[in-house]
Amino acid sequence: MTPRRKRMIAVAAILVGVGIATTFAMQAFQKNLLYYYSPSQIKSGEAPANRSFRVGGLVENGSLKREPGSLEMHFTLTDYAQETVVSYTGVLPDLFREGQGVIARGKLQPDGTFVAEEVLAKHDENYMPPEVKDSLKPHEAAAQGSAQGST
Amino acid sequence: MIVELGLFALIVATLLASAQAWFGIAGPAFGNRRWMAAAKPAVAGQWVFVVISFGALCWAFYHNDFSVLYVAGNSNSALPKFYRITAVWGAHEGSLLLWALALATWSVAVGVFSRNLPESYAARVLGVLGVVSVGFQLFILLTSNPFERLLPAAVDGRDLNPLLQDPALAFHPPMLYTGYVGMAVPFAFAVAALLEGRLDEAWARWVRPWVTIAWMLLTVGIALGSWWAYYELGWGGWWFWDPVENASFMPWLVATALIHSLAVTEKRGLFKSWTLLLAIIAFSLSLLGTFLVRSGVLVSVHAFASDPSRGLFILGFLGVCIGGSLALFAWRGPALRTKGGFSVVSRESFLLFNNLLLLVAAALILIGTLYPLFLDAMNLGKISVGPPYFDTVFMVPMLPLLLLLGVGMHASWKKAKLEDMKRPLVMLFVAALVFGIVVPVVAYGSLHFMTSVGLTAGTWVIVSALYEPVQRLRRRQSLSRGVVGMTLAHIGVGLFAIGVTVTQSYKIEKDVALRPGQSVTMKGYDFTFKSSHEVPGPNYQAIESEIVVSRNGREVATLHPQKRVYRVQRSPMTEAGIEVDWNRDLFVAMGEDLGDGSWSMRVQYKPMVRFIWLGALVMALGGFIAITDRRYRPRREAASEAVAAGGRAPAR
Repeated sequence: MTPRRKRMIAVAAILVGVGIATTFAMQAFQKNLLYYYSPSQIKSGEAPANRSFRVGGLVENGSLKREPGSLEMHFTLTDYAQETVVSYTGVLPDLFREGQGVIARGKLQPDGTFVAEEVLAKHDENYMPPEVKDSLKPHEAAAQGSAQGST
Repeated sequence: MIVELGLFALIVATLLASAQAWFGIAGPAFGNRRWMAAAKPAVAGQWVFVVISFGALCWAFYHNDFSVLYVAGNSNSALPKFYRITAVWGAHEGSLLLWALALATWSVAVGVFSRNLPESYAARVLGVLGVVSVGFQLFILLTSNPFERLLPAAVDGRDLNPLLQDPALAFHPPMLYTGYVGMAVPFAFAVAALLEGRLDEAWARWVRPWVTIAWMLLTVGIALGSWWAYYELGWGGWWFWDPVENASFMPWLVATALIHSLAVTEKRGLFKSWTLLLAIIAFSLSLLGTFLVRSGVLVSVHAFASDPSRGLFILGFLGVCIGGSLALFAWRGPALRTKGGFSVVSRESFLLFNNLLLLVAAALILIGTLYPLFLDAMNLGKISVGPPYFDTVFMVPMLPLLLLLGVGMHASWKKAKLEDMKRPLVMLFVAALVFGIVVPVVAYGSLHFMTSVGLTAGTWVIVSALYEPVQRLRRRQSLSRGVVGMTLAHIGVGLFAIGVTVTQSYKIEKDVALRPGQSVTMKGYDFTFKSSHEVPGPNYQAIESEIVVSRNGREVATLHPQKRVYRVQRSPMTEAGIEVDWNRDLFVAMGEDLGDGSWSMRVQYKPMVRFIWLGALVMALGGFIAITDRRYRPRREAASEAVAAGGRAPAR
């Protein structure tokens, strides 16, 4: 083989390698993209049925209920307009509290409950996940308005 | 008074850094030797004033001066003295001051050790470092002044984030920052070479130790952060592919590539413009990381307050540094083109592959990190890219890297004849393969394809790294420090690969509800929850449980995990109970009180998890030994030693 030929082979090998890597990456990318939906979007049927995604909102006060004798629990996430019931089995993060913003990752069941594999609450008292903050914004004024109206 | 002195010192330091930038860059440009000579004293002055400024902030923390906004926000009179000092870099403003201190210290070091450099060259390196210093110090002064007063003074501080009240966290930021900032040194050398329009083997020999030291600190810094996350975040994960972790990992990958391409530039005078480009990319990624962490685009454990003006400033600075250096590269780079070829099978090509694969890895991580930000900025929806993406794509370049590594180390420069090495290498590979298949079955009783692949790759790297040094020692030849360092670093890579593979394949995690007296069994270990009781801490209140671990009825350990509530910030914290052995960790973290005395707990068995950090430390140690090699010492000394050694030492 001439050196030129060898170099061509080397270049071809690199290109094939990069190609394979790109394909792998794209596939992994597509498969592992996690979309975010708010409770309102779930209610209106925008969220996919058999694919993992993330949902965020405020944990409604008084909604956390544990199943006795197991680590299963239910709580309600709200964006002030709509609600999603989340079911989770496991240990909650330290900063999970009612009235706080959290994000849950999991799948939506046919009956409308969201079965979470993971619940995230960030390590800051004042912290509000940016997604949650944005999904609360459009309804916040309405929520305050109705609160004022009732008093 | 001392606080104002700190601010004043920082302003003086910025002025001196401007002088350093001007004299360093304009001096050689106008051929003014007096200006060139002025760069060095300016660096020394800048360093002294940054130290004074940093010292003033430490003083304010140590003396609980809550009339300083930053101190009041991040410290408390009940905070133990040790953490009062580490609280200095516990949030945005102080950590930037630490950044500035690290940069000034690197600059002084370059000034001191640049006696062998040509005069104009040394001046330019210091000048470029001066520009970076000015940028960062202006950033502190204009957007993040740590010395801002709070009037009236707070009665007490809001306390340091409890997560940061930990010994590993005291050292993680300084290490990481020093490594991160250290990338500014090869960057400055690269820009100086472009300005000078000249780059030779001596250049590579000057730069190599700097890159290696920065890389070493970065390695240790990342490992410390990972170790901290493992025991302090409470859930036993050692890497989360969090954007901020990625921000430190990408420069690490590129720095690793740079170390290897510098080897080619030093030995063979090749890859010159490629090496320069890598030096620029490594520093650009450090700056990008700083931008991601400090601008508030990302929200994570590491991202402190968000403030749009800060983001804009760094983005502008990023544009100036990256844009300027790349434009300079495009203009001057072609002049540095090198002649001299190498065969397809040669050490040069293996190192080229190493570089490509490391860059591919960095690019894949960059895509996964930036894509969600990009979509969000374009209002195209909110997504996140999960750890499975990173886990999968990272393997794609890394497995070939590990497999090629073992062969590449034995290829000689220019044109390699691997025929002589074929037999031993094949035998070593078969041995690694057998190890990769047998060990999982014997030790863990099950076998997965990827587990064997990972174990084989890790073992292969270790045995092939050892092969040549062992052969040389058998022939009673001596080993240069460079070779010892390289061997150790590669062994570290192998240990790391083995640790990651085994931990990820055979870890067991269980969430359980336990009442006192109840127990859970995992991998032959019985974890019995004995009792829980309150324990007071200096600035927190904790509930501690006693968990007895036994195996076949024999007690192995007693774990004391805690749930702490810090008094000031009222935030709960999980302090895991961990029993360490060389080949496994037993890990218990307390969840919540479920009433009736029972607790939810996360119990884990983590085999070989220590190898992950051990591997990283061994890599760093390898780097340390390599830079003590004779050829990096100042010329005179090296020459006299070569005489003393009587020329016995081999060429390498």
